[in-house]
Amino acid sequence: MRLINRHPDGPGRLLLVVLPFALLLCAYLYGSAARLADNPNDKLLPSTAQMAEAVKRMAFEQDLRTGERPLWQDTAASLRRLGMGLAIAAVAGLSLGLLAGTVPLLGAPLSPLLTVLSMVPPLAMLPVLFIVFGLGELSKVMLIVIGITPILARDLEQQARDIPRELLVKAQTLGASTWTLILRVVLPQLLPRLLVDLRLVLGSAWLFLIAAEAIASTDGLGYRIFLVRRYLAMDVILPYVGWITALAWAMDWALRQVGRRAFPWYHGGNR
Amino acid sequence: MSLIDVHNLWQRYGEHTVLEQVNLSVAEGEFCVLVGASGCGKSTFLRLLLGQERPSQGHIMLGGQPLPGEPDPGRGVVFQRYSVFPHLNVLDNVTLGLELQASHWWGRLLGAARRRAADQAAALLERVGLGQALAKYPSQLSGGMQQRLAIAQALVMKPRVLLLDEPFGALDPGTRKDMHVLLLELWREHPLTVFMVTHDLNEGFSLATRLLVFDKTRHDPHAPHAYGARVTYDIPLNSERRAFQAALAQPPGELAGCVHIA
Repeated sequence: MRLINRHPDGPGRLLLVVLPFALLLCAYLYGSAARLADNPNDKLLPSTAQMAEAVKRMAFEQDLRTGERPLWQDTAASLRRLGMGLAIAAVAGLSLGLLAGTVPLLGAPLSPLLTVLSMVPPLAMLPVLFIVFGLGELSKVMLIVIGITPILARDLEQQARDIPRELLVKAQTLGASTWTLILRVVLPQLLPRLLVDLRLVLGSAWLFLIAAEAIASTDGLGYRIFLVRRYLAMDVILPYVGWITALAWAMDWALRQVGRRAFPWYHGGNR
Repeated sequence: MSLIDVHNLWQRYGEHTVLEQVNLSVAEGEFCVLVGASGCGKSTFLRLLLGQERPSQGHIMLGGQPLPGEPDPGRGVVFQRYSVFPHLNVLDNVTLGLELQASHWWGRLLGAARRRAADQAAALLERVGLGQALAKYPSQLSGGMQQRLAIAQALVMKPRVLLLDEPFGALDPGTRKDMHVLLLELWREHPLTVFMVTHDLNEGFSLATRLLVFDKTRHDPHAPHAYGARVTYDIPLNSERRAFQAALAQPPGELAGCVHIA
């Protein structure tokens, strides 16, 4: 049988899914044990016990100076920034893409502008944001917003253009005005695509968040990682990275579930 | 009196002439089928009637008025594909037209008004044979059912003119026969003037009261796009059906006489 015709199923499939994760974990544990056997004070590859100790310290014990539990405080601060950034970018990107893709008179000026703006490297704008908006929350949220809005807007514009011309004509023969056509025909068809796009830009959003937090912040997951780097505290950094990954994965999963529930027609029409 | 008058119509795209000197007068209640070779301009003519495009020259009069320059509820349309909204279920696809017409700001009805519109839509869907599929999405329907839906969606607006652009081109022969029966029944029940583009001559002969053949009368081998198509044949068909429809179109006072003659 040809390789392309062989499909994994049942327990075999599960094994194949788990295998790479298990291999990575084993490689780490082996390397960590080997280095620690050489030098018990090695900080590069901490053991699971050391990391558990660090997690306990960061997540479940109050910080002596501030009285906070750093992991939760960092998580709340980061998610607040990320959520605001994503929400603002989603609304802005949807509005811009929708208008540029549906109304030719707005598409003519908006479309080239969005193309050029999306080429500006957002991180290069970070100093400008710090100068204009100060070092507070606003500049961090704005970095996420200017980083992902053009991506969302450009894709949604293309999606709006890809709606068959026939559907727009049909809506007009049903008595739609420009406004009701946008409201009842174009917008509902773009919303599921917006959710897909948000999943795709989630990685970039985290990148911009951590970059902004690393440079100017007093809390947040990115801030903490860059802070403890000074002490080579890999036992804190690695669980933090794992936690960020888990959060990003959970957000991705949640967005997919929302998409499936809210837009069954987009996913094959089975409710 | 004729419903649609086309006077010296030309359509050019740059150097490319698609239609030339089209003159036509169509009475209310006719079933016109447009046939011709691919690229002979019959779909272009339909788009002109729809208002999706404007003629380069000449004009179209609808009921004595110049044709509106964009699509409106007076002229319903069914395309070969992409005629129904994928994000709405069958019932909502038909209710949408009623909602858009009643609610100019939100395009949406609520409460009792919404229920009335849905009932009206459901009755029409029952009539075209989709009564069992109200909650389904178009992607779950067969090609024939999608076209039934598209026809119901157009008819709920009670248009005077129904434009069909190869509506059954993608259907298998059996389904196509069913659709012909349905279409003729609907045409009898509603005061409709139909324009239908098709590749299928048999379809044209069995449905039409008037067969319009589009073809080029002039040819320049060195400039194949220099000349456009005209209506080369205009064939009246199915005269008994035509007379019946004409009788229906008459005001009630004159009806008795007409039926007598027919």
